[in-house]
Amino acid sequence: MYIKIEGLSRTYVLNNGHKSVALEKVDLEIQQGEFICLLGPSGCGKSTLLNMIAGFEKPSTGSVNIKGELVDKPSVDRITIFQNYGLLPWRTVVKNVELGLEAKIPDKRKRREIAEEYIRLVGLSDYKKHHPAQLSGGMQQRVALARALAVDPEILLMDEPLGALDAMTRMNMQEEIERLWLEKQKTIIFVTHDIEEAVFLADRIVMMTPGPGRIKSIIDVPLARKRDRTSPDFLKIRDQVFAGFELKGVDHTEYYL
Amino acid sequence: MRMGIFRKTAVVVVSLSLLIGVWELVVLTGRFAPSLLPSPAKVAAGIGDLISDGSLISHLGVSLARFATGYFSASVIGMLLGLLFGCYKRIWAFIDPIVQVLRPVSPIAWFPFIVLWFGIGDVPAIVIIFIAAFYPVLLSTVSGVRKVDAIYLKVADNFDVRQPKRLFKIILPAAFPFIANGLHMALGSAWVFLVAGEMVGAQSGLGYLIIDARNSLRSDLVLAGIILIGVSGLLLDRLIRLLENGIEKQWGVSLGGGT
Ligand SMILES: Nc1ncnc2c1ncn2[C@@H]1O[C@H](COP(=O)(O)OP(=O)(O)OP(=O)(O)O)[C@@H](O)[C@H]1O
Ligand SMILES: [Mg+2]
Repeated sequence: MYIKIEGLSRTYVLNNGHKSVALEKVDLEIQQGEFICLLGPSGCGKSTLLNMIAGFEKPSTGSVNIKGELVDKPSVDRITIFQNYGLLPWRTVVKNVELGLEAKIPDKRKRREIAEEYIRLVGLSDYKKHHPAQLSGGMQQRVALARALAVDPEILLMDEPLGALDAMTRMNMQEEIERLWLEKQKTIIFVTHDIEEAVFLADRIVMMTPGPGRIKSIIDVPLARKRDRTSPDFLKIRDQVFAGFELKGVDHTEYYL
Repeated sequence: MRMGIFRKTAVVVVSLSLLIGVWELVVLTGRFAPSLLPSPAKVAAGIGDLISDGSLISHLGVSLARFATGYFSASVIGMLLGLLFGCYKRIWAFIDPIVQVLRPVSPIAWFPFIVLWFGIGDVPAIVIIFIAAFYPVLLSTVSGVRKVDAIYLKVADNFDVRQPKRLFKIILPAAFPFIANGLHMALGSAWVFLVAGEMVGAQSGLGYLIIDARNSLRSDLVLAGIILIGVSGLLLDRLIRLLENGIEKQWGVSLGGGT
């Protein structure tokens, strides 16, 4: 198995001495090239799980193995994209994208070439000399994507990357991420609490519940791409997820946890 | 926007005219001898003299050169040490008490030693400026490094940015909005002590200009010197403010420690 998560738990000791179980005994296997969405309400341990796959945090028990190797620290093979993008405000777009290349590629011109190629890939060539603060949220997220892809990682870990965007920009970015995933064949683990977003993007949706954080169930999304958000099959799976969280009964067009 | 600038200028002009008006009135009462309180006109003439005989430019130039040397070396060394101490808390625990004791000491108090160690000439004034600027830069850098948003460190880890590159590529710029506050404060205090330093140990510069005028009993030139020091200090402050604004705009952050 490509990514193998076994008996993964994470307990935090709070200031008052009490323990809080953020994640309890999670088992999950992920294949290379899969698009996985971690879906669940606030506090169910999505970020905790993602941080341990990234190697930012250590498990209390259990382990994450990738290609048979234990994850115990961050690596350029797995790049995390954060909700607030994590761009460096003092660097221009192109210098931001070059960040991860600086250790890998000593030749400045080569570096610039690669960075510009990825900036073109996300459609921001006209903005490469701008600073992040001069860009919209969607554009900043594109920069973060370009920066992540530029180091050619095998895995992209995204923690609510579109959470701060408005609905229209968000849908555009979902399509953009799908396009990049199809083109670059990365494995993506994508955290969201938007059901429709998960159904649109995921090969499999990992549904999680809080108190303590657990995997409730895993739903396959066998729909062809590019998916039509209004097709009956799409809506059927969305309802299935909806029912899985025992939220059924209310009829809204937008489902939000 | 333009209206705002216009109005601001008007306020400044009115405020300064008022000051000069009151000053003139006090002089006109005749209760103070001209040597105790020279009139605005005489001081203006004094400034004119200083400009026309070229002494202003030469003194100002000397002062600015000393200032720049002291201020920039204090900034660089303060930031380097601040980065080091900010990253290694255990070292800082030992250094902090020493700094707390030394910081309240006026740089002028060091003067006897400074003269013994560095002789006379430019160096004593530069050392005094250095001391005045050093502590604000050091302390703001140490605390700025601690306030660096954890996300930048995560990004550095993720993209494998290691020490010492991490220090200069990530931590220093991320802490810079906080450090800017210290740099600005240091600029003000260094300017104050530049004049003090030149008054006790120099044969040139704006501080010396005042001492020299006093020795030749020219109170109009003393006041002229004071005004010129004030104006130059103000201009320096505006200059750094301009730089800060440029950075704030580009980075989309507010400098000054987010206070
Ligand atoms: N550093 C920490 N110290 C203490 N408790 C923590 C810490 N990080 C997370 N937790 C707790 O662990 C649980 C899971 O947190 P986590 O951030 O993984 O949830 P999440 O699913 O990402 O939520 P959200 O959707 O709000 O981001 C929460 O109850 C949280 O309070
Ligand atoms: Mg989270």
